[in-house]
Amino acid sequence: MKTRWKISPYMYILPALVLLVAFRLIPIVMSFVISFYEWTLHGTGGFIGLSNYIKLFKDPEFWQSMMNTVWLVIFVVPASLIFSLIFAVLLNQIKALRGLFRTVYFLPFVTSMVAVSIVWKIIFNEQTGLANKFLEVFGMNPQKWLAEARGIFDIFFSGFGITLPRWLGGPSQALFSIIIMTVWKGLGYNTIIYLAGLQNIAKDYYEAAEIDGAGKLKQFFKITLPLVSPTTYYVLMMTTIVTFQAFSQVYLMTNKGGPLGTTNLIVYYIFTKGFDTHEMGYASAAALALFVVIMTLTFIQKRLEKHVNY
Amino acid sequence: MRSSFRNAFIYIVLIACGIFMVVPFIWMISTALMSQAEFNKGESVFIPKENYDRISGSSPEQRIIVVKASGDSSLVHYLNDEDRITREYIRIASSKIEHVYKPVSLHWGNFVKAFNKVPFARYFANTLYVSFLTLLGVLVTSAFAAYAFARMKFKGSEMLFLLFISMVMVPEPIYIISSYVLLDKLQWLDTYRGLIIPWWTNVFTVFLFRQHFKSLPKELFDAASIDGCSTFGMLRRIVLPLSKPVIATASVFALIGSWNSFMWPLVMTDSPEKRLLQVGLSYFNAEASAQTTLLMAASTFSILPILILFFLAQKQIIESTAKTGMKD
Repeated sequence: MKTRWKISPYMYILPALVLLVAFRLIPIVMSFVISFYEWTLHGTGGFIGLSNYIKLFKDPEFWQSMMNTVWLVIFVVPASLIFSLIFAVLLNQIKALRGLFRTVYFLPFVTSMVAVSIVWKIIFNEQTGLANKFLEVFGMNPQKWLAEARGIFDIFFSGFGITLPRWLGGPSQALFSIIIMTVWKGLGYNTIIYLAGLQNIAKDYYEAAEIDGAGKLKQFFKITLPLVSPTTYYVLMMTTIVTFQAFSQVYLMTNKGGPLGTTNLIVYYIFTKGFDTHEMGYASAAALALFVVIMTLTFIQKRLEKHVNY
Repeated sequence: MRSSFRNAFIYIVLIACGIFMVVPFIWMISTALMSQAEFNKGESVFIPKENYDRISGSSPEQRIIVVKASGDSSLVHYLNDEDRITREYIRIASSKIEHVYKPVSLHWGNFVKAFNKVPFARYFANTLYVSFLTLLGVLVTSAFAAYAFARMKFKGSEMLFLLFISMVMVPEPIYIISSYVLLDKLQWLDTYRGLIIPWWTNVFTVFLFRQHFKSLPKELFDAASIDGCSTFGMLRRIVLPLSKPVIATASVFALIGSWNSFMWPLVMTDSPEKRLLQVGLSYFNAEASAQTTLLMAASTFSILPILILFFLAQKQIIESTAKTGMKD
């Protein structure tokens, strides 16, 4: 009896472990190795040391796609966090129809990125799209959305006759369209997570605050926000990691990361280098650069976690 | 009084945001039901109506646009179904011009047209095949692994579990290039096994199962052990029969995941007859970009199975999702 217990655990884990090693661990190690080779579609052209990395860091297209991705993350993550927290707090206050709202908010999250990218591409169409019809109702000028390469700050300030220098222009309106769509897609997930976090907060705190005469707003900042911070930490980490991986939106909604490469995101860049021009070694170097960025951010956020109130 | 005012305000905000969340879907369906000509005109937004001229009594219907109407005879352009001009400046008798106005006109035919334009039936069949075979493998490997992690003590169990967890943290784009190279070496590119077998481990499912298996009462296992039941017997006769709900939940998540997966099948398959639904849809998007109504119709029927699954299992899906955010 005893001996069987010793061998069998490994036998149970073996199938999953073999697959995990074969199709995750080995490819991860391989991409590290390949990045030091000149590697095309069907083989290697030899070891070239750091050349791929040097070429990568000299490529303006790489830096542009990195910068675009950073803009995406900078806009999507806070917007998603703030809106989902507001939704969750409001949902937590009501009883009737809560289930319905939850379902409706969650709907975009379960539908495929490909299908909703097609829908949003048509929504942002200049002539026939819903976005411009919406602006029309409010008497606003139609926008070019996915076809607009100008930065959103540039567009905003030029409305007041102020011309901004190029580097202050911000993400292009095309990228901003993708930001809107990406927030919409992930909002429901974060709302559900926040709602669960809020329901874990004991009612006693609020009752005590009520007796002390603290207003709702004060209760939110003094009780809800600190006590929900572990959830905030989780949502922040997940949304950041997921947003860095955005790909399908660009693939389906834009013309190869255009206009003027302003919607080219890092994963799309990796994809084109790997599968359009078949520079597998070079693409692996770019993938590892992304990996380092994500790991660094995760590490920083882990350090931040120490300040989170448990 | 004040609280009812506050409540009304909350509902208004929630409804407004709810509309923002569903409007893309509603617009998708209403556009899918519109005639392309009507959509291109941009007059109807949510309710597909029709408003055009045609030659009276023509069969098949000949749509026209009147350039100049004067007395008995008029100059017209002939239009096709997509509102494009096929023949210009044709003189016809004014009496033959007939105005058509339908306040609601639903073109259900768009769904059929889109479905037959590219082999969507094949894509659906492929996706079902790959999804279910993936699910089968995921359930088997996860049940075994989770059983060992949850109910057995062995050397290195913590390290192995950490390895499992850390693998989820690595994003797919990091290993997609090298996976392509690996599948090429295995000669698995453009095969179904290349779409199925690499996804037979699903760490999320292992995690879900482990949590549930741990919660089963220890007494059951002790009693079975005294009766001489083997570890595999316990898995088969105790653990699995008591895990039906969690297996169902995990299955729904795995099915949604493989139904929606895009990057992997896009990269790993090449031949049109092996395309999965999402890949087929993306090619359709590139080929038929001007045929908006058909694109919307294809988007609609491609998300329909997942939508049905979601509505059937929404309680489980939402509750399990909520749990993933909790620390324990």
